[in-house]
Amino acid sequence: MVKTPIYMDNNSTTRVDPRVVEAMLPYFTEKFGNAASRSHPFGWEAETAVEESRDLIANLIGSSGKEIIFTSGATESNNLAIKGVAAMYKKKGNHIISQATEHKAVLDTCKRLERDGFQVTYLPVDKYGQVHAEQIREAMTDKTILVSIMAANNEIGTLQPIGDIGKLCKSKGVLFHTDAVQAVGKIPLDVEAMGIDLLSLTAHKIYGPKGIGALYVRKRDPRVRLEPQIDGGGHERGMRSGTLPVPSIVGLATACDIARREMDLEYEKTFKLRERLRKGIMDRLPESYLNGHPTERLPGNANISFAYVEGEGLMMGIKDVAVSSGSACTSASLEPSYVLRALGVGDELAHSSIRFGLGRFNTEEEVDYVIGHVVHEVNRLREMSPLYEMVQQGIDIKKIEWAAH
Amino acid sequence: MPYSDKILDHYNNPRNVGSFDAKSLNVGTGLVGAPECGDVMKLQILVNPDTGLIEDAKFKTFGCGSAIASSSLATEWLKGKTVDEAMGIKNTQIVEELALPPVKVHCSVLAEDAIKAAIKNYQEKQDAEEPAAEKGEPVAV
Repeated sequence: MVKTPIYMDNNSTTRVDPRVVEAMLPYFTEKFGNAASRSHPFGWEAETAVEESRDLIANLIGSSGKEIIFTSGATESNNLAIKGVAAMYKKKGNHIISQATEHKAVLDTCKRLERDGFQVTYLPVDKYGQVHAEQIREAMTDKTILVSIMAANNEIGTLQPIGDIGKLCKSKGVLFHTDAVQAVGKIPLDVEAMGIDLLSLTAHKIYGPKGIGALYVRKRDPRVRLEPQIDGGGHERGMRSGTLPVPSIVGLATACDIARREMDLEYEKTFKLRERLRKGIMDRLPESYLNGHPTERLPGNANISFAYVEGEGLMMGIKDVAVSSGSACTSASLEPSYVLRALGVGDELAHSSIRFGLGRFNTEEEVDYVIGHVVHEVNRLREMSPLYEMVQQGIDIKKIEWAAH
Repeated sequence: MPYSDKILDHYNNPRNVGSFDAKSLNVGTGLVGAPECGDVMKLQILVNPDTGLIEDAKFKTFGCGSAIASSSLATEWLKGKTVDEAMGIKNTQIVEELALPPVKVHCSVLAEDAIKAAIKNYQEKQDAEEPAAEKGEPVAV
């Protein structure tokens, strides 16, 4: 018997790995020093832990430890990268390029900059959610100072061709930032090989604690400068003041270290589970559709739309399985996922989507349980769906004039 | 967001799921909402022409749990009411009965709309029928 509830929402957050917790614990009690205290061993001990942590994090993305700036998480990293570059390079230009399916932490940051006089191009994506280097080349002007494109999408798991984009940016002398929150630790990333100048990451997506993240800021070729968004004691090379949360930093570093050492095995495992789930569900349910790219996607992500069934209604039926939906029935706007809309998935199918996020702690037994449960509930809800009934009767529901409400 | 026991009960054991023949003179059908908005309700009433009472009601709903529960509850309430009484069912009563949270109030509004649409459809059928019967002329429906 599987233990319920089952957690299958690992694109949202992850359980902290017990090894991470264990590594963090001493830094709450015996090793509690302030890493900025230069005058006593408590401070030195904390500082050593922080510097070793930087190196462990850097190893995961092919950078140097000195290029890691600690933040409170990826939202802050994205804000610092984009606003920091905008403020520092505004004499050079006022144009930023991003794309439609970025996380709100990027989109809303860009929107604020637009209010401050910057121009932002939000490139459209193809039906799989990808943006291509050629689109970016065409959008570039002599005022372009920054390109910000995520490495992997949080809803649909689509990977962006960031290596191509980085190469292009390098050749044009434009800075390249990537929100790599979903990709870090899941797929190989190398800031040198991929031409990345700024990279946002966070601990809680990779089995680390919440409230700690980092921004990689390139130190040479070119040396990236940022206008700080938080002023104070001049920590983190002056880019981000604030006393360093040493236990959290150790947690992030341990999470990165485990992810790096176990990446190949974990990729294989989550990919297998994902495919078992995807095939298990889609082979049994006609008119179910995978959203996002069929192959260029995160190993653990399956985002599936079930025609004629509303996503939130389905979630209630499988309430002992934690997943999320692109249906926005809970939000005041009633608008479904902007990511799915950007792909050209119709609103109806966007409302019918469920995101399954498999991770380190999921098992085959859990996957099999979820398959059975989802198939049963979708069939039950279809029997209750007026849309399904109309389609059975040969009515084209797209031709009905629905009254929008 | 935790759901009330009543929502869960209606969701897990929906009452009166199904369809009547929409062409029948004694059946009124209301179809409201839109797939792109994430809610579609089809609600039908079967009226006894002699007593004017709603003898039976059925629904099918595409939507969240609260939408399913609202329409399920509506069918329960419709049974045994006269058409005029049914017109008096208010969405606020559904909100109260199911303890719908504020973000789900629109589900109850949709259920009220579905009731009114079904009654309107039934009444239009009767209106179309009566003068035609009196004048003995065929009526295009």
